[in-house]
Amino acid sequence: MQIGAGRQGYDGPVAVTTDRKLDAHRLRADFPIFEQTFHGKPLAFLDSAASSQKPRQMLDAMNDFYETSYANVHRGVYALAERATEALELARHKVQTLLNAPSAREVIFVRNATEAINLVAYAWGLVNLKPGDLVVVSELEHHSNFVPWQYIAHRTGAGFRMIPLDDHGELRLGELDAIAAGGDVKVVATGVVSNSLGTMNPVEALATWAHEHGAIMVADGAQSAPHMKMDVQALGCDFVAISAHKMCGPSGVGALWGKAELLESMEPFLTGGHMIRSVGDDETTWGELPHKFEAGTAPMAEAVGFGAAIDYLTEIGFDAIEQYEHELAAYALGRLAELPWVTTYGPPAERRAGIVSFNVDGVHPHDVAQVLDFDGIAIRAGHHCCQPLMRKLGVAATNRASFYVYTIPDEIDRLVEGLHKVKKAFG
Amino acid sequence: MSEFDQLYRELILDHYKNPRNHGLLEPADARAEGQNPLCGDEVTVSVRLGDRDVIEEVGFDGRGCAISQAATSMLTDLVKGRTAQEVAAMEKDELLDELGIPLTPVRLKCAILGLGVLKLALHKAKGTPLPDEWGVAARDLVLE
Repeated sequence: MQIGAGRQGYDGPVAVTTDRKLDAHRLRADFPIFEQTFHGKPLAFLDSAASSQKPRQMLDAMNDFYETSYANVHRGVYALAERATEALELARHKVQTLLNAPSAREVIFVRNATEAINLVAYAWGLVNLKPGDLVVVSELEHHSNFVPWQYIAHRTGAGFRMIPLDDHGELRLGELDAIAAGGDVKVVATGVVSNSLGTMNPVEALATWAHEHGAIMVADGAQSAPHMKMDVQALGCDFVAISAHKMCGPSGVGALWGKAELLESMEPFLTGGHMIRSVGDDETTWGELPHKFEAGTAPMAEAVGFGAAIDYLTEIGFDAIEQYEHELAAYALGRLAELPWVTTYGPPAERRAGIVSFNVDGVHPHDVAQVLDFDGIAIRAGHHCCQPLMRKLGVAATNRASFYVYTIPDEIDRLVEGLHKVKKAFG
Repeated sequence: MSEFDQLYRELILDHYKNPRNHGLLEPADARAEGQNPLCGDEVTVSVRLGDRDVIEEVGFDGRGCAISQAATSMLTDLVKGRTAQEVAAMEKDELLDELGIPLTPVRLKCAILGLGVLKLALHKAKGTPLPDEWGVAARDLVLE
């Protein structure tokens, strides 16, 4: 695939890169969304942590699948159905490679990371948790990795504990032993990267600790998979959940990776067509992995788009992406530090992904985001699906600017200019 | 007029920076609090009622965006002298006309938060009806 080959949309000449450094100006041309204006201004899209924009290469792959290869997968014996099945399984293989998973059987297509975590919470948690057990999450968690566990803990009578944060928004691992003293730790579930603060969590250390206690380690990779190399074997996790839409792929598809022996031992989450071996009048037996967990018609075109998005990001290089986002985070934190009436949250740039949460003194985030929108600048304002974290920070909401491969420093400059307008209007 | 000036017109900013009827009444005949789950805006409204359940005094407290707080401030001016039943039947458009600003669906929720909380307070105290469109979740949410 050729990247950066789209029409010139935004600005500047295209520099040809020979090393693996990311050229955001060049990549930007691949994203049709930037060809329009909002409120008469070019779009400064600083909300990629909520969902990323889509490159033409990914859109073309989905369209091509619909136009040339579409039929329901697996069951058909005709050539077209086989072609569709091949496309779906190729996408599965790409997810396997992305995550360095030992086997494609361990890659289950789901709707999104939230569904992936619910799958584990229901299919593993509901059966294996009981009173006296503990489910441990962190104060940083997105609701996607918090609410399912809180809910299943309540249903099973298991305890539910949070790993507290320090003042930098990083996990206080020193508290782990005190938590473990309160029961049998059976599940440890944390994000790899925080969607609110950009904190990069010590998942490997948590996985080791979880396994020492005989617990499973569940990692929410929705916010890390777009931005850095993910290696489920190196992380030492038992389950990892990701969403395509945050990493240049379409909405409606994500993946759960799980260790084969755990997945084999679990009952299904959703039942119905495709996930069966045989259906009797009184009893049904389940299909093999991964089909046991893929009831109903798969999100086929979406999976193909997911595969194309993985190709696109792999071509750029995850090391280059991670490096570039650190640079953007450092630049944004530096520019925001020029504004004494702005408070930023979270760890220093070298220990965070491309996410910056902040507040303007005395101005509600909704008003900040609204004023910025008038200048074509899209940020998120709210609790970012992290109400426990907001309580910890002592705020109702924050503003969040988040970056991706197409973000250019000029957009951060426009953010800072916009914040001056906010201050002038409300200060 | 710029988009900023249309939305944050002078009257809105004035109510935001100098809210009318600010502060909760002690004692009060009716009181409720509510949140906007999208953004965490909070409003608490308290009311003193006279003969025929006429609203004699109303006070509010809250934190949130300019639209939610200014709209609640304007609402408190609007409802003084009306009966609980009249407020229960009040259409949101009356408040929106008073605000006189273009609102997106998201900001609309900010604008009518205070009205919903006031209706809830009167419902709890006087049994006046709640809006038909409120589902069970909305009732539970504001009842927290």
